[in-house]
Amino acid sequence: MRGVAIIGVGETQFGELWDRSFREIGIEAGLKAIEDARIRAEDIDALYVGNMSGGKFIDQEHVSAVVADYAGLSDSHIPTTRVEGGGACGALALLQAYAAIASGLHDIVVVGGAEKMTDVGDIQAAEILTSTADQEWESIFGATFPALYAIMARRHMYEYGTTREQLAAVAVKNHRHGALNPVAQYQKEITLEQVLGAPMVADPLGVFDCAPLSDGAAAIVLCAREKARKFCDTPIELVASGQASDTIALHDRRDMTTMDATVVAGKRAFHKANLVPDDVDVAEVHDNFTISEIMAIEDLRFFKKGQGGPATEKGETALNAKLSVNTSGGLKARGQPVGATGVAQAIEIVRQLRAEAGKRQVTGAEVGLTHTLGGTGATAVVHIFRRMK
Amino acid sequence: MATPRFWREIPSRYNLLGTRCGSCGTIDFPPRSICPQCGRKSLGKMTKLKLKGKGSVISYTVVHEAPSQFDLMKPYVLAVVQLEEGARLTTQIIDVEPGEVKIGMPVEVTFRRLGQEGEAGVIQYGYKFRPVRD
Repeated sequence: MRGVAIIGVGETQFGELWDRSFREIGIEAGLKAIEDARIRAEDIDALYVGNMSGGKFIDQEHVSAVVADYAGLSDSHIPTTRVEGGGACGALALLQAYAAIASGLHDIVVVGGAEKMTDVGDIQAAEILTSTADQEWESIFGATFPALYAIMARRHMYEYGTTREQLAAVAVKNHRHGALNPVAQYQKEITLEQVLGAPMVADPLGVFDCAPLSDGAAAIVLCAREKARKFCDTPIELVASGQASDTIALHDRRDMTTMDATVVAGKRAFHKANLVPDDVDVAEVHDNFTISEIMAIEDLRFFKKGQGGPATEKGETALNAKLSVNTSGGLKARGQPVGATGVAQAIEIVRQLRAEAGKRQVTGAEVGLTHTLGGTGATAVVHIFRRMK
Repeated sequence: MATPRFWREIPSRYNLLGTRCGSCGTIDFPPRSICPQCGRKSLGKMTKLKLKGKGSVISYTVVHEAPSQFDLMKPYVLAVVQLEEGARLTTQIIDVEPGEVKIGMPVEVTFRRLGQEGEAGVIQYGYKFRPVRD
């Protein structure tokens, strides 16, 4: 297996981009990444696109071909593949690129992630998100996506004494970070009182416990590690990836307060990277709901089970604290264009490890991690990144 | 959900039909053709079994925002229930004030309207659970 490095990154503004189409934002992110990598279009061997539900959001399947075509790549006839896996699709697209380069199949690969969610109404968008859970045995009985995460939150509160305030502290922190990120959907701080006072979506999760619906795209250029310096002064190595799956329905899980897919994906990634959780300086974890971040930092072994809430409340996951978590603002504040999520998380880690994160820079960051979920944890992907010496 | 898609699962949605693995005895709901514990050993040994519909609440939420077909039910309680036979399912808890639902609460199955297909489509029925009253 060859080493793999990231040599270019680019993303669009995240938010409600009424005036921009799926193909426009996809191309903008891709062109920025290619420029950043200083490669030519003819250098690209393949394209992987993470996209959760183009078919339902914009009535367009086969989006990998759409993006390649409008990026002007149709004449080069490169292989293009869309990757789907619920909310984890962007992270899975990155994993496919990693595997393609590591195996020697390709030398230079572009990974895109994009979702255009605001072309449908809020309720319809929420239903589309819920379709990553079990439609036959959850959704038809009234399960919504927030409801399933609320069920996890309630059990976590019951078993570990996690409080509503501790959940809220995740949202407050991530908005504080988002305020420092110029591409974030919400660049505004919020208070604990605002989170606690917001209308309930699915008790105990209120409006501010949920990541928003967003449009946005993100792209990354990867190449074989030994060729990275040719294109880039500060290549970032994608050291290892771990992927794991679990039951599609939440009710079939062994434990409602632990995502075994996260635990296993994390173990696999750390093992391959020959690193331990303590080595990580900065992490982007899947905070589609506030409870998700608390469970993720426990399941990735950054904190003991049950300590995710208290640690967050004490500020241990804030910028430049014990472990900087979701410095981009996370899904909560940066926004949640689903297909773009895993790619945007990786971009944040690249910026941190290049020391280009501006006001939200983690001092001396050497090792970074991304964690991305599909559904209610039926898929989990963990990538580990390191500054190349 | 399209009519045939709902109709195919009626035995389980009306009558809690699950399966028992002839190899290890584990009971699953909804029915499975392969036991997650035994894998290939269970092939051809999964037998249908009607579950009693008694269980307790593992966790729950009160849903305030939901798709339009659930509008008239809001706010409603959605729970993961563990059945006495061991299998778990996701269901609404009804005939109770949302504030009275607790983890560990004993519940029993009942038969209710779940929703309908589209604006004026076929009405879909199935299981919901309610507290066991003394």
